[in-house]
Amino acid sequence: METEKIEVKGIKNGLLIELRDGDWDEQKKALMSHINENKAFFKGAKLVLDVGDRPLKSPQLSSLRGELSDREIKLKAVLSTSLVTERASQDLGLEIKIDQSSHRDEKTTIDSMLDGDEAVFLERTLRSGHKVSFPGHIVVLGDVNPGAELIAGGNIIVWGRLRGVVHAGASGDLEAVVCALDLSPTQLRIADKISVSPPRKAKPKPEIARLENDQVVAQEWKAGT
Amino acid sequence: MSAKVITITSGKGGVGKTTATANIGAALAKNGQRVACIDADIGLRNLDVVMGLENRIVYDLVDAVEGRCRLSQAMIKDKHIPDLYLIPSAQTRDKTAVSPSDMIRLCDELRPDLDWILVDSPAGIERGFKNAIAPADQVIVVTNPEVSAVRDADRIIGIVEAEEKGTPKLLINRLNPEMVRQNNMLSADDVVDLLAIHLLGIVPEDKNVIISTNQGIPIALDGKSQAGQAYRNIARRIQGEEVPLMDLDKGSGFFNRISSVFGSGD
Repeated sequence: METEKIEVKGIKNGLLIELRDGDWDEQKKALMSHINENKAFFKGAKLVLDVGDRPLKSPQLSSLRGELSDREIKLKAVLSTSLVTERASQDLGLEIKIDQSSHRDEKTTIDSMLDGDEAVFLERTLRSGHKVSFPGHIVVLGDVNPGAELIAGGNIIVWGRLRGVVHAGASGDLEAVVCALDLSPTQLRIADKISVSPPRKAKPKPEIARLENDQVVAQEWKAGT
Repeated sequence: MSAKVITITSGKGGVGKTTATANIGAALAKNGQRVACIDADIGLRNLDVVMGLENRIVYDLVDAVEGRCRLSQAMIKDKHIPDLYLIPSAQTRDKTAVSPSDMIRLCDELRPDLDWILVDSPAGIERGFKNAIAPADQVIVVTNPEVSAVRDADRIIGIVEAEEKGTPKLLINRLNPEMVRQNNMLSADDVVDLLAIHLLGIVPEDKNVIISTNQGIPIALDGKSQAGQAYRNIARRIQGEEVPLMDLDKGSGFFNRISSVFGSGD
């Protein structure tokens, strides 16, 4: 019963397990019994533990590391927002950060199920390095800067300047559209078609991009069309 | 009175973080403020060179963090200006020698006796950068008017915002008004337009900066240099004064005159 609480995620260089809430000893027991039931799976694994804001001291972490190492599992990193835990991990020579991108990729892998009308609304500037993936539509009130990425199962609407990379209809929707007040993306993809923006025009106008005869075509937006 | 911690960072290397730290520090101290500059670039230290204090280093940041010396022993007093101090980084260690919580602790220990603590961040977005921004009350992002530097600045701004350090302020360094006029360089407006954060100041390209950093005398102390004036204005803005941006455009004649006085006839 307890073992059901343990969720294991694959990340770039190992496995990520979140033990964020509840009693630590209980959680640890649950983790160990989960590992004991899946010995072959865990053998030789590199483990990253996310313990949330839980304050853990060096002895607690080192006993956990010992038990894991008995099972041929290497405790690589402990992620925590608690300074106590962070210090303890560092004292033991454990990493306290993992490559953010691999962590994030795992969380935001796109769901191939497109269920139509769901949308996410973002009221902010998306800067270089930001990546937003959503199975439905994405609406941004703000700019999408070069180096930022939007991936939507449905449509993408940017009320602002679109200069990053966008992918609409990422799960194959050929009807998906991308529109922006200033449509000058680094790269624009709709379904499996890829296009780049032509050199900047003098004055940006609102435009909408869609697929026509397998080609990405951008047209100036005129009210009433 | 408790000091405010300002971290100076950029993402991209070589845009002038260290020069900016030394000069803002010097200009603030010249205005009677008590200032400490901390070099957080462990393993690649050079703030000491730019401030001309290299030969006075006995203890460094890592010594203080690891308890081999008292914090006051790692503070090197400036040669030119009273109440300006440098805490140099260690050259023989790496970024993992210090943790973000160490930096917070260190700055908290310094706060009561100072007005400003400037932290010179290393390039990049890894551990060294995380160390540098951990104690920050405010962040200044330095960029050059180049597409690659601006792209990195944008990324940094995103990370600083995500770390809940507030929106950083922008310092555009090495702007060449002549090249902007000829459309060969991004203008300050182009940069601000993309990054959409408050502009703290523009430092024009000035070869005297290179001379001064090599000599270890901050250009902010040179009353005749335009870049020095820019840094002095920035310091006053940090102190809360309203100082209008210098008009670099109209100064083309003035600018030429300056370089003809200083530049040896080429």
